[in-house]
Amino acid sequence: MIKEVHQPLVEKAIVQDKTYFLQVKEHPWLSLFSFMVILLLWEGVSRFEWVPPLFLPAPSAILLEGWTMLKTGVIFKHIFASLSRILWGFLIACSLGVMVGILIGFFSIPEAIGNPIIAATFPIPKIAILPLLILWLGIGEASKVAVIALGVFFPMVINVYTGVKNVDPLLIKAALSLGSNRARIIKKVILPSILPMIFAGMKLGIGIALLLVVAAEMVAADAGIGFMILTAADLMQTKKLMVGLIILSFLGIFFNWLFQKLERFFIPWKQ
Amino acid sequence: MRVVIDHISKIYIDRRGERTEALRDIHFSIEENEFVVVVGPSGCGKSTLLNIVAGLLSSTSGQVIFEGARTDSKPHTAVVFQDFALFPWRTVLKNIVYGLEERGVKKEEQFQIAQRYIALVGLQGFENKYPHQLSGGMKQRVSIARALANDPLLLLMDEPFSALDAQTRTLMQYELSRIWEETHKSLLYITHNIQEAVFLGDRVVVLSRRPGTILEIIRIELPRPRGEHLTLEKKYLEYVDAIWSHIKNQAREAMEEEV
Ligand SMILES: Nc1ncnc2c1ncn2[C@@H]1O[C@H](COP(=O)(O)OP(=O)(O)OP(=O)(O)O)[C@@H](O)[C@H]1O
Ligand SMILES: [Mg+2]
Repeated sequence: MIKEVHQPLVEKAIVQDKTYFLQVKEHPWLSLFSFMVILLLWEGVSRFEWVPPLFLPAPSAILLEGWTMLKTGVIFKHIFASLSRILWGFLIACSLGVMVGILIGFFSIPEAIGNPIIAATFPIPKIAILPLLILWLGIGEASKVAVIALGVFFPMVINVYTGVKNVDPLLIKAALSLGSNRARIIKKVILPSILPMIFAGMKLGIGIALLLVVAAEMVAADAGIGFMILTAADLMQTKKLMVGLIILSFLGIFFNWLFQKLERFFIPWKQ
Repeated sequence: MRVVIDHISKIYIDRRGERTEALRDIHFSIEENEFVVVVGPSGCGKSTLLNIVAGLLSSTSGQVIFEGARTDSKPHTAVVFQDFALFPWRTVLKNIVYGLEERGVKKEEQFQIAQRYIALVGLQGFENKYPHQLSGGMKQRVSIARALANDPLLLLMDEPFSALDAQTRTLMQYELSRIWEETHKSLLYITHNIQEAVFLGDRVVVLSRRPGTILEIIRIELPRPRGEHLTLEKKYLEYVDAIWSHIKNQAREAMEEEV
């Protein structure tokens, strides 16, 4: 027996939407406002030298430093060096990752061969492989591109593999019944099905690429954002160091934006 | 041309080695231009049978033979699935031309054929919509058009309307009846709905509960074209009744077994 609940008798009770708090509410102004407040606080902290500017330069000072680096053009040399490493590593990793992922996802023999290799190499932090890569490929560009490629390859290959495994088998049946062979199924069913997973892999990958490019440039390089940050730190040029960090933040935001746009363009059937 | 389903049996063996006998010695044939409906209780192996005929599953014994057909070793069939199975990345038009692309039909011809079937299923104006922009009934029309455009020797349908609501379902039955009278494709249609079977079929194959065996094959001698008026006729109701009395005991036993 359920215990009778004693509650006061009401004239009328109006039903409320209990899911109200779940609704997505946007506060664009609040985001901007809080960001500005933090910047202002920071500016104040440095201006009044509550923290020595050597440790925490003011945002305005960092901006000024960035501006002069922009005018003299030194900054472009570093950005260009890092970007080209990222781009090459990324391109190689994505194309290899997609190919290998489809291969081991779709065919049983490559799967049997590839899976244990990937399982064994995936957990090794890629930066730990860098010395070996330098030994093999020299201190130049190749070893840096290789370490980025390695780092991006794994999330890509795992994403693509998972994607292939999760392709709706009914769609494959439909394609077969309409006359597709295996090669055509890869092109016309598997590839479009895994596109969202490829983009997810790219988004994961770009974070890793940024991490690895900086690390590799700190180990051995004569240009690049990582190199710039490290030398600035050695010389106690905190403002320059901060400019490096801001560039990295911008790069991350830029790539995310780019991938979002590309995804919209290439996956128009997504709601 | 005729399609002979020659003593088909199917036993599923899962990873742990457990055996499920789905079909036992199914034997019947589908004549040219004939509309054959298979009815049977849930789980009796109807989808299994259809997949075997479509070449999407191998039988344990027995075979499916296309007699007197112009074909290679892979006879042309096309399946309309219960869950539509439309390619989400392809528009209506692109879905319909899929099979034609695979057969190397020229672009303009693909387009013309597609237009014809789009008109047949009444989807003009939706050519460039994606599947997610369509209602369930419209999706199934696309799926039917896609199968027909491929000009199969045998069209296969696995409970094509059971994902639809009752009203849409009834309307789609009338639609299919009309479409079939225009095309007269050999058709193997699967359903668990007896009214639907009698309304649509030239012959109805009644399966027992699992393992599916043929209880009876009934020829439906009702005039065509068939429309809404038919469902009130005495003869139609007699057929429905006859099949129901066959299946009733089977369904009851199956239910009692589950409890
Ligand atoms: N891949 C499989 N492995 C093992 N058993 C299976 C497999 N597929 C189906 N079965 C079994 O075979 C029997 C027949 O299945 P099938 O899907 O053909 O039935 P059905 O008549 O289409 O049922 P429904 O009307 O519910 O669609 C069922 O008992 C089912 O559990
Ligand atoms: Mg079924």
